[in-house]
Amino acid sequence: MPLLIGVPREIAAGEKRVATVPEVVEKLIKLGFKVAVESGAGDAANFSDDTYRAAGAEIIEGAAKLWAASDIVFKVSVPTTEEVGLLREGGHLIGFIWPAQNPELMQQLAAKKATVLAIDCLPRMLSRAQKMDALTSQAGVAGYRAVIEAANVFGRFFNGQITAAGKVPPAKVFIAGAGVAGLAAIGTAAGLGAIVRANDTRAEVADQVKSLGGEFVKVEYEEEGGGGYAKVMSEGFQQAQRDMYAKQAKEVDIIITTALIPGKPAPKLITAEMVQSMKPGSVIVDMAAERGGNCELTEPGQVVVKHGVTIVGYTDLNSRLARQSSTLYATNLFRLSEELCKTKDGIINVNMDDDAIRGLTVIKDGVVTWPAPAPKLAAAPAKPAAKPAVAPSAHGHGGGGAPASAGKTAAIFGVAALMFLLIGAYAPAAFLGHFTVFVLACFIGYMVVWNVTPALHTPLMSVTNAISSIIAIGALVQIAPPLMLGLDRPDGWIRWLAVAGIALTAVNMFGGFAVTRRMLSMFRK
Amino acid sequence: MMSSSLATVSYIGATILFILSLGGLSHPESSRRGNLYGMIGMTIAVLATVFGPRVTMAGLPWIIGAMLVGGSVGLYAARKVQMTQMPELVALMHSMVGLAACLVGFANYIDPAATFQLVDGKSIPLTDAEKAIHEIEIYVGILIGAVTFSGSIIAFGKLSGKIGGKPLLLPGRHFMNLLGLLVVIGFGWQFLHAETVSAGMIGLTVMTVIALLFGIHMVMAIGGADMPVVVSMLNSYSGWAAAATGFMLNNDLLIVTGALVGSSGAILSYIMCRAMNRNFISVIAGGFGTAGGTVVKASGDGQPAGEVVAISAVDTAELLRDAKNVIIVPGYGMAVAQAQHTVYEITQLLREKGVNVRFGIHPVAGRMPGHMNVLLAEARVPYDIVMEMDELNADFPNTDVAMVIGANDIVNPAAQEDPSSPIAGMPVLEVWKAKTSIVMKRSMASGYAGVDNPLFYKENNRMLFGDAKKMLDEVLVALKA
Repeated sequence: MPLLIGVPREIAAGEKRVATVPEVVEKLIKLGFKVAVESGAGDAANFSDDTYRAAGAEIIEGAAKLWAASDIVFKVSVPTTEEVGLLREGGHLIGFIWPAQNPELMQQLAAKKATVLAIDCLPRMLSRAQKMDALTSQAGVAGYRAVIEAANVFGRFFNGQITAAGKVPPAKVFIAGAGVAGLAAIGTAAGLGAIVRANDTRAEVADQVKSLGGEFVKVEYEEEGGGGYAKVMSEGFQQAQRDMYAKQAKEVDIIITTALIPGKPAPKLITAEMVQSMKPGSVIVDMAAERGGNCELTEPGQVVVKHGVTIVGYTDLNSRLARQSSTLYATNLFRLSEELCKTKDGIINVNMDDDAIRGLTVIKDGVVTWPAPAPKLAAAPAKPAAKPAVAPSAHGHGGGGAPASAGKTAAIFGVAALMFLLIGAYAPAAFLGHFTVFVLACFIGYMVVWNVTPALHTPLMSVTNAISSIIAIGALVQIAPPLMLGLDRPDGWIRWLAVAGIALTAVNMFGGFAVTRRMLSMFRK
Repeated sequence: MMSSSLATVSYIGATILFILSLGGLSHPESSRRGNLYGMIGMTIAVLATVFGPRVTMAGLPWIIGAMLVGGSVGLYAARKVQMTQMPELVALMHSMVGLAACLVGFANYIDPAATFQLVDGKSIPLTDAEKAIHEIEIYVGILIGAVTFSGSIIAFGKLSGKIGGKPLLLPGRHFMNLLGLLVVIGFGWQFLHAETVSAGMIGLTVMTVIALLFGIHMVMAIGGADMPVVVSMLNSYSGWAAAATGFMLNNDLLIVTGALVGSSGAILSYIMCRAMNRNFISVIAGGFGTAGGTVVKASGDGQPAGEVVAISAVDTAELLRDAKNVIIVPGYGMAVAQAQHTVYEITQLLREKGVNVRFGIHPVAGRMPGHMNVLLAEARVPYDIVMEMDELNADFPNTDVAMVIGANDIVNPAAQEDPSSPIAGMPVLEVWKAKTSIVMKRSMASGYAGVDNPLFYKENNRMLFGDAKKMLDEVLVALKA
């Protein structure tokens, strides 16, 4: 029995996004699910009921009916108490939950015996999880929109121009925080022709900033960020950072701030004095407004003008680009559905052994399973261990493989010692002389051949092959040795065997050297 | 006539030249000189023997005749052979060394003079211990020679396609080999205690037949892609056969040269095994993945997810033209299709456009060690853009297009990602880390190891189906347009 995915209309104030779009509805149906959409759910994002219907979704009037019919509910914003009340007992809910900030909501959901997958709890370290990462997709849209909002209220061009009416200098944009939103903002602003500078507490993102056309502004202070997220920094660092921001505030026309620390209010990066020091007509877009704002003068949800500087504190940047945000979010949820329904029969399996699913699942059948233990990156530690085994060498294979274990080495030496002892005890002196030569020659061969470059392995084989025709000497000395008196020697037999041997080895001798020569003459720079 | 001492000194000179010859191969620039050293060394050794104290002038016509016949055959073969056929030629040549070792062994055994020692110009019979050692040397020499001979013949057959590449696995093959070994040891005992030459001949003949059968059996059980190991192993054997002959004839030159060749082949075998992350014993025991390969595939767990996306030759050309960095990974498929010249033309065209084209060579690509390097050299690809796996693997993330031509297992990500895969742990070229990888292949068939290749299903991978030569020609035409 395939499950029904229900998509209600978002009721949070200002929320214009919708959890699925017609394009994705088709894909969900291909996965085996049935899809129902509340009438009018997509209106704010310009998706009409008809387009959903055309994609194969059922349109249900009224939130109550939809929630009651749905086995799985796809939502965007955090569900309200009323919505939780509508959720079916033992139902599934997928969307933004923010369990750390919403403990009451978690209790209500648990009481419903629900299974809840919080898309904000995705373990982002797993490369496999990137396709489901809604935080990233939404932040990217918001970053783009932040620049557009800034351009909207900024009184000048972004790009520098030289026109008949005079020269226009390019706008200077400073972006605080080079996370996903920050990087999207850098790319967008640079694309519009502005001079873009950016800063982040994680110095390693400098390359990404540069790759998008921005300039990385360093804080002159040594400290380590960590864990893929920004964190609160030390006092000394903060002082250095403040100085840097103050300097930038005087120089630039537009500041876009994106600094957020998980589970904490947004850091106050831009003080009232800094705003005051900015040129009249400058713009600040505070993307952290929802969490208190990075600027002291930000008023969340509002656009205000303070000291001649326009401060944009919109908290609904994603809804201001609802169609794009919804499409990306819907695709994230579809990728998650694929992971949940590998059998493609419209039945989901919340596999708690899967690191990605485990991280997402904050409530399973009414039991709170948040926070998830850190994902075990099974494959990752194995790789560095395997690497040294194939350690590159400057020349040939010099150095050889990994050293054998002590026990193994001891065993090899033991066996060798025993063999030498046996040979020494029983073999005659003449043999030992040859044996010495043999063992030493093996070592010389070993040393010499390790230095052969792998590119020449084929010529090596053909030349060693040619050299091994030295066995001809064995045949040569038999063909007509000085006569020894009194011996009955079957000359005819020996001679023919020897002649055959010489002929065979001659093939090798001449052929081997000639073909090696031919091969080597082809190697050229 | 040379004196005995002069002959010995000449032998020492030849030995040094042989060592220098192998040493010269450490770099392509010094390699030609290395080969020359080898030729000089061989000439000195042969002349010192022919004009030395152990050969009388009566043998000269025979020697010249045999040399002329053999030499002209060898030179003819060396001139005519195609570079793609090098593995076959090398295998065939190994078989000659093996056969020669057998013949010399038999001749030595029936030669009563061999039981005497030449001391200060006088012949002294060997002591019993010396005689026993001498006979063991003959026995072992012929044994190794016979195994080398028949094994190389089969390897030649397999490499040239005259015998199917699939491993032939007889029931109880390990047991058969063990039985053969016991019989060989038993007849060895009988041979040592034989009173007359003709009585000893029985043991010697039986052993030779068993050794021949063993050689055939051993190589028949090994499949196509393990051939680099087999060829280098046979190379090693031919060296040991020469060394054993040297012991038999009390000739240090033979011993040294044999040991050089033997250890060279052994090291090559080791390198090849390491490149496949396989145990030497398990390669020799034969039948890659007979227990695991197919089972793993059926379990479904190893079935890679995703879609295979095909690409046309025109689009491939488009991708190559827009790329900055290109790495080409050739495999046996390129040798089969004889596509190396077209590959070079494409390379040349791209390099003229400023594209950085390099080649990534896996140690076991092809059918013998260094096979790909020789083919690319033949197509005039400069050797400084032909890289080893280790030199190149770190560069794939900065590569725009990685083009795989007729290779499969050596670019299989399962070796790193799937610990249950039969090729797990085998070092591979990480082409999937390039922005786009293009795999040129005739069909979706799995590689030699019988393992499905998850690379084909990766998002950034494209498949260009068809004969490598034909498709590359099309790519070339599109590039020129």
